[in-house]
Amino acid sequence: MAQHGSALPDHPIFNRARSYRSLVVLVVVIMAQVIYLAYQVKTGRDERLIRVWAVSTVTPMAGAVEATRHNTIGFLHDYFLLLDVREQNRNLKRDNDQLRMENVFYRNQLATAEHARALTMFQAKTPSRTVAARVIGDSTVSTAKAVFIDRGSTSNIEKGMAVVTPDGVVGKVAAVYPLVSQVLLVTDSTFKVGVESQKGHIHGTLNCGSGRCVVEQIQNEEDVATGEWFFTSGEDRIFPRGFPVGTVISSQPGNGMKDVHLNLAAAPGEAEEVLVVLDGVHQPIPTGVVPEEKIAKPLAPPPADNQTSGAQPGTIQTEADKLLQKYQQLGKEQDHAYGALYSNMPNFATKPVPKPPVAPPGSGVAQGVTNKTLGSTPILGAPTNSTAVSHAPPANAAKAPTVKPPVLHNPVSKPVLPLGSPHPKPNANGATTPPPTQPQ
Amino acid sequence: MNESSDHLLRSRRSSESLFSRFQVAGLVVLTLIAVISKFYLPRLIPSAVWLEVPLLLTIYFGLMRPDPVPALLFGTFVGIAEDSLSPANLPIGMYGITKTLVGYFAASVSQRFNVGNSLIRLILCFFFYCFHEFFYWVMRRALLQQLVEFDTQKELLHGLFNVAVALPLYLILDRMKLSDQS
Repeated sequence: MAQHGSALPDHPIFNRARSYRSLVVLVVVIMAQVIYLAYQVKTGRDERLIRVWAVSTVTPMAGAVEATRHNTIGFLHDYFLLLDVREQNRNLKRDNDQLRMENVFYRNQLATAEHARALTMFQAKTPSRTVAARVIGDSTVSTAKAVFIDRGSTSNIEKGMAVVTPDGVVGKVAAVYPLVSQVLLVTDSTFKVGVESQKGHIHGTLNCGSGRCVVEQIQNEEDVATGEWFFTSGEDRIFPRGFPVGTVISSQPGNGMKDVHLNLAAAPGEAEEVLVVLDGVHQPIPTGVVPEEKIAKPLAPPPADNQTSGAQPGTIQTEADKLLQKYQQLGKEQDHAYGALYSNMPNFATKPVPKPPVAPPGSGVAQGVTNKTLGSTPILGAPTNSTAVSHAPPANAAKAPTVKPPVLHNPVSKPVLPLGSPHPKPNANGATTPPPTQPQ
Repeated sequence: MNESSDHLLRSRRSSESLFSRFQVAGLVVLTLIAVISKFYLPRLIPSAVWLEVPLLLTIYFGLMRPDPVPALLFGTFVGIAEDSLSPANLPIGMYGITKTLVGYFAASVSQRFNVGNSLIRLILCFFFYCFHEFFYWVMRRALLQQLVEFDTQKELLHGLFNVAVALPLYLILDRMKLSDQS
């Protein structure tokens, strides 16, 4: 009969086959996996069933552990810190320790509540409709940057949605399951984000794959200063325009393209609570939050000259004066300050809008244009008007016209532009943000 | 196979009783714990992202089980379980293939060496960790065309880190084996 418990007869041929049994099994198993892997790559299909099983098995346990840790770790940590003290003063400080422990517990609860309140405030402030989620686990691939959050398709989360924190961008939803979702972080090597600088509105691509975050596709001729903020440009069709990304820590001319290194504003891997953007709404790049704006203050005089000369139509004597007045008016209409750094190039092809008196800031016309341009934005499923966004506060909408006129002489005092405001750069990519000044 | 290797196998038969008694449920639970540790532990200890408990279990199972077939099947199971929690842009099977090979090679090595010595086990553990990471990197690069950086020095350090964790882990598993035999 067969040896080693095998069903094969005791024959030299079968003995040889038996000796190669493990090798045959190895080849079969490897080939099966390779074929299956090739099928997934070729068809681009994610094998959902296996993932759903695994995620449904693992995440409830991990979620429970995370919830327990979140609620008790601070309490226990401080408890053990106080253990030595209690041993020394067991009789005298027993009641006191108990009160301390209770204080720690309440303090943790307060901290959690404050964090949640910060998220809620951000949710109320941002026009994009978001849902808060908690990070419950990491991916199993150490070289890939991904986390799991405790919200899934039951919370209306869909694949491809942006994930942010009030500090900045975190990642995008890579896979959605009923109760959890997988978020691919911006620090993953396969993830790139379209970004735009705050001052010069220079567009680039953020790539954090090499461990350091680099903004690619910026020409050497472009001026990017250290400390300058970068925001999402919206061109990746994942993140709405205007979310903070990070600040420049070094900017040097490179081989063909500029080497711009960025320090991310948010720490995507360390975020414990995030917001998933359900309905993204583009925002203008804020101009009033940059600390370096103080350096730009000395550049204020040119706008003052523009206003004084532009307000004297009666002094026109020559064709050159007319041309000068035309260009000054164009610059005024398009928020351009002649001679100022970081000011956009005006579009001289458009005719200046004839408006006899100076338009008061916050006219209704500007609001109409704002909504029109937002409605024509085709990406990210942005609502066609501001009323479609349930979370858009009416106060913001009312503020929209007030920021329309240029406030070049004091950019620090300029409020953050609200949702749906037009792109400040008129000749930017028309597909994402149409020019703000439409001929009437 | 010569007499000495037969003798070696016979003497090791007692230690194999652990896995003969290991039920499938036990292996599933161990796998689950290993995968959860990789899933959740980095949230508590960030440096634990480099800890490969599933791989350490695969190596241990392979070394303690001279028959390559169960070892490679266990590696396949652990690898696919790990794959199913990987980012969605990585297809299932990457870790499966890698750990299948690790399980097979670990069991093959255990047929030829006395892996009861802790030092040999740790050296093999280090070697298999490096092999695992390198092979995984090659597969991502060759099969998926994903340009992922491979830092040799870091990987060696991570290998040492895993060996440091494997030392107490294997002792615990050995102790479980002894208690199981008693």
